[in-house]
Amino acid sequence: MHSDTEQQNRKKYLKNEKIFFIIKKTVFLYKVFCRAKHGENNMIRIEKLRKSFGPIVAVDEVSFNVEKGQVLGFLGPNGAGKSTVMKMLACFLRPDSGTATVCGYDILTDPIKVRQSIGYLAENVPLYNEMTVGDFLNFVCDARNIKGKERKRSLDRVVPMCSIDSVYHQTIDTLSKGYKRRVGLAQTLIHDPEVLILDEPTDGLDPNQKHEVRELINRMSKEKCIIVSTHILEEVDAVCSRTIIISKGKILVDSTPNKLKEQYNCSLDEVFRKITRKKTVAA
Amino acid sequence: MNSFVAVFKRELKSYFTTPIAYVFLIVFLFFSGYLTFKNGFFEMRQADMVVFFMNIPLLFVFLVPATSMRLWAEERRVGSIELLLSLPITVTQAVLGKFFSAWLFLVIALALTLPMVITVCYLGDPDFSLIITGYLGSVLLAGGFLSIGCFFSIVSKNQVISFVLSVVACAVLVFAGMPTTLNYLSAFLPAGLVSAIGNFSFQLHFESLQTGIVEFKDISYFILMIVGWIVASTYILEERKAY
Repeated sequence: MHSDTEQQNRKKYLKNEKIFFIIKKTVFLYKVFCRAKHGENNMIRIEKLRKSFGPIVAVDEVSFNVEKGQVLGFLGPNGAGKSTVMKMLACFLRPDSGTATVCGYDILTDPIKVRQSIGYLAENVPLYNEMTVGDFLNFVCDARNIKGKERKRSLDRVVPMCSIDSVYHQTIDTLSKGYKRRVGLAQTLIHDPEVLILDEPTDGLDPNQKHEVRELINRMSKEKCIIVSTHILEEVDAVCSRTIIISKGKILVDSTPNKLKEQYNCSLDEVFRKITRKKTVAA
Repeated sequence: MNSFVAVFKRELKSYFTTPIAYVFLIVFLFFSGYLTFKNGFFEMRQADMVVFFMNIPLLFVFLVPATSMRLWAEERRVGSIELLLSLPITVTQAVLGKFFSAWLFLVIALALTLPMVITVCYLGDPDFSLIITGYLGSVLLAGGFLSIGCFFSIVSKNQVISFVLSVVACAVLVFAGMPTTLNYLSAFLPAGLVSAIGNFSFQLHFESLQTGIVEFKDISYFILMIVGWIVASTYILEERKAY
């Protein structure tokens, strides 16, 4: 009698398990289907993003996608809206209209999830100057909820990677510009994000340091999705697999560096000048 | 919660890695002691701390905005706000983290006036409930001023402007409850309005706590003040963070 009920319970349990399994499978298939529909590898999707400051339209309905494994060079003259787009992706600025998703999270509805999955290096690399490098990185770990062994592992990975071991106990205020930028870079990489947004990462670095940063970007490019804004066009040549040129808040060109060079039959510098000047004159 | 703790810890540490904390503590402890003894602590021939607590609002009107002015103004001027708010930290968590760390700092400053209590105990047999409510009032007053300072620190990027604005705001809210002001106002305003103005000021509620009675209306006044200014701060920070 007793074993009968036990058997029945067991059958019920197995049946429930089966139903649960089928549901799980369907959800998984649906997710795969959705991803396929939206382009599987698109880690950043920007849709008609627009932002104005008073009468000035900084970003005018910009849309593009970036896939995993791509390094996007984001070019444009000063005041073109590069930094504004990046700030919106980092959920620091709120767009007037349009939206974007990063790793499937919407910047308007899920800003915290977005910030968890990106590493953002702001222009001019703002840091807390009164802290030591170690304290600062530990603060970032606190804020990103990296604890215990995981914290030790991330610090051990990131500190040599950005070569800041020698200044680890130094106050940030006393560091040179190059070191400050490397500390900033360490901050963006500490949680090993899937998406990197770097606003002029090599600005103010000496040629050796520039080379190191480019190497670093190249090394990471396969598993990550990286957006780099820069004014140095040789850098685009060195690290980027795709370029977008933007001026006055609008995308002028979306291509690869090699294609651009072929198309215009000249160096990237000249291509940049031709494209941005032509459009400015036409406008 | 983690992000809140991170901001809180960082902020509290930054007080003690910069000279701000030490300058503040020395000035506060010196003047709180000096004013107490100068204003007739011994002449009263009573073992209580009435004279000490009497000076607290005046000291805090200047000193609390001095600690709060840098909370956000500095962050916005240097640009580190962009770093802070691109970490997974919400605006509310950041505001609360900074506010509570500054509040704890002020509580530490108040705790360091403990020798005053020991002095009173040595000299006589004081009523401890009066001392406890006195300290409670001071802590709440510090919180109230701090929330105002926090708000004005967001309003302006310039630390001097945010300092002046918060001193004025705090001073108005203190002096509105002074008997001289209320007497002057009652000459031409209806009594109901005068008492409303009095009730709106910090002074009245602070003094009422000095009597040793913890009343709901006083506590709720301070809490409402703090919550109100903090909520306003989060809204205004959301609007102004990027400019």
